[in-house]
Amino acid sequence: MHIVVSIKQVPDSAQIRVHPVTNTIMRQGVPTIINPYDLFALEEALRLRDAYGGEVTVLTMGPPMAEDCLRKALGYGADRAVLLTDRYFAGSDTLATSFALSQAIAKIGETFGPPDVVFTGKQTIDGDTAQVGPGIAKRLDLFQLTYVAKIASIDLAAREITVERRCEGGTQKLKSRLPCLITMLEGTNEMRRGSIEDALCAARSRIVKWSAAEAGIEDLTKCGLRGSPTVVKRVFAPTPRSEKAVQIDTAEKTLRDLADELIGAIFTRQPALEPELAFEAA
Amino acid sequence: MIKEEFDAIVIGAGMSGNAAAYTMASDGLKVLQLERGEYPGSKNVQGAIMYANMLEKIVPDFRDDAPLERHLVEQRLWVMDETSHTGIHYRSDDFNEVKPNRYTIIRAQFDKWFSRRVRGAGATVLCETTVTELVRDAKGKVIGVRTDRAGGAIYADVVVLAEGVCGLLGTRGGLRKMLKPEAVALAVKEMHFLPEEVIEQRFGVKGSEGCVIEAVGTISHGMAGLGFLYTNKESISLGIGCLVSDFAAKMESPYGLLDALKNHPSIRPLIAGSEVKEYAAHLIPEGGYKAIPQLFGDGWVVVGDAAQLNNAVHREGSNLAMTSGRIAAEAIIQLKRRNDPMTKRNLALYKTMLDKSFVVKDLRKYKDMPALLHTNACNFFTTYPRLMSQAAQNFMRVDGTPKIEKEKATTAAFIKARSRLGLVSDAIRLALAWR
Repeated sequence: MHIVVSIKQVPDSAQIRVHPVTNTIMRQGVPTIINPYDLFALEEALRLRDAYGGEVTVLTMGPPMAEDCLRKALGYGADRAVLLTDRYFAGSDTLATSFALSQAIAKIGETFGPPDVVFTGKQTIDGDTAQVGPGIAKRLDLFQLTYVAKIASIDLAAREITVERRCEGGTQKLKSRLPCLITMLEGTNEMRRGSIEDALCAARSRIVKWSAAEAGIEDLTKCGLRGSPTVVKRVFAPTPRSEKAVQIDTAEKTLRDLADELIGAIFTRQPALEPELAFEAA
Repeated sequence: MIKEEFDAIVIGAGMSGNAAAYTMASDGLKVLQLERGEYPGSKNVQGAIMYANMLEKIVPDFRDDAPLERHLVEQRLWVMDETSHTGIHYRSDDFNEVKPNRYTIIRAQFDKWFSRRVRGAGATVLCETTVTELVRDAKGKVIGVRTDRAGGAIYADVVVLAEGVCGLLGTRGGLRKMLKPEAVALAVKEMHFLPEEVIEQRFGVKGSEGCVIEAVGTISHGMAGLGFLYTNKESISLGIGCLVSDFAAKMESPYGLLDALKNHPSIRPLIAGSEVKEYAAHLIPEGGYKAIPQLFGDGWVVVGDAAQLNNAVHREGSNLAMTSGRIAAEAIIQLKRRNDPMTKRNLALYKTMLDKSFVVKDLRKYKDMPALLHTNACNFFTTYPRLMSQAAQNFMRVDGTPKIEKEKATTAAFIKARSRLGLVSDAIRLALAWR
């Protein structure tokens, strides 16, 4: 089977700093990592390949330096890496990104064989939208299975996949036809350590680099800033809460006084509660 | 199993490993370099001063793109007691040359750059890969390595051990003995960040000029040790190191020493208002010439800190590391060209070449110095610094005491502290060790 995993290079949020004056993220000099959620997708893809045979292609869109994260993915054992890089992609929002990625996946299908499963992470840690995966599925007309916690079984002959999907209030067991797109939930597996062969391979393999034209994208108005209806109006840091926790001295008071004091303190802060509670007491 | 075979495997991507890998790859050898850190430099710690000449011999155009902090125009050597420092400062405009002689660097950045050059030269570099074992053939010749990754051994004609000061692989493999606490110093340092203009103002430098301070005295609490302050572009590296055996005997803590140094009245104003963003610790080989282990064997050579190549007196280490890496590589290239096997007998060429270089010549010159300083630590690092401070203060303070009495008091203080015989013998032994 052929599995495509779409990943993103993101700044390491553990080492990121916000500019105290402009409130913008200071990206300069911040090390980059593979979006941690994507690692669960990649590992799941590698496990499927190991169990059923085939190939894993990793794909990312980004600046030339995004090659680093692809090389890392190859080091984990992916078979092939494609970097979609072009200045036309700069400033893409989720709509433009999912357009470009879906076109690239179609091209990957033409070039290296049609994918049976496309994986993405649940969301990225820098955008947090969780929109790109579903966006790709929609454009490529793939069945989409989001927030998948486990792949229960795959029947390649019948072209069917059964997964467990985490949802509000429980777990759904879903069966879908292939090909499909899966966004993988975090904490569902643990990324492996690539073997020495994988590491050697990653250090030397050539990464496929496609410009917009090479990926077969003709409509450039759907790419980058031009294809992005989202506008960032303002970036701001949350204001710290002015109220601090109040400490009450318990040693010198009776329980009744203490209770009265507590209720009094609550009512001064939340006056709306007083008539309601007083009514209930009556 | 990996069928492919390399000409050489270099273990470690520090100064010596990068020098060796770069030199061999540039000559067309098929080189594999293995580094345990996430990226080259992530595990590497140094003060750090980089000596240009030795790097120039390896990467002649390094000034084009290497991340260099400041070129040094001023060196201050201080002898300190609790409240004072007596210093020799040497500053020269001659150091503002087209190709300066010494630079401060930040290793995490510098090593990344060096590794890019190594890759550019054609070597294969694998990070996050720890070598766990040397692989030997039936006759005991080293023929490859095994790593902590799955997938078996990797083979090469020769293995260059540039694994750093602890050299666990070599000691485990029986190539050399375990490091002794008295032959190694533990240094701790902090990175104090300050705006560029504040550093320029405080040290009287401009542009990329830099200043370094190196100090001995009571700051090491009677142990054999050295304090240092190096100016980077936007930070100051401040640190101190002492022998591990001394730390153990005195039950002193390294961070305690560093805290005291930071609060010394001579240092405090230089770092005032700074933000500490990093701290690091590292071992430094201090055994000198007598601690140099066997440097070559069947299928292997050892370079850099792992070979204990460090000149404690001149505070030089990275240049010895680079040079030993380069020389080992050159020896291997020569053997390769002649199609000679990488046997112990042939690899002795590395030692012969190293003996002729400044590396071994310098270390031989100071072969008795470690023993002298380590056995007389208290005299050289506490008694004399205090006496020197007293003498200086005696000389500077104007208080109506007749000068002849002042001089007598100074002389008396020296004799009382060390006795005439002690003074003479210290002087002679120091002179002999220096010679």
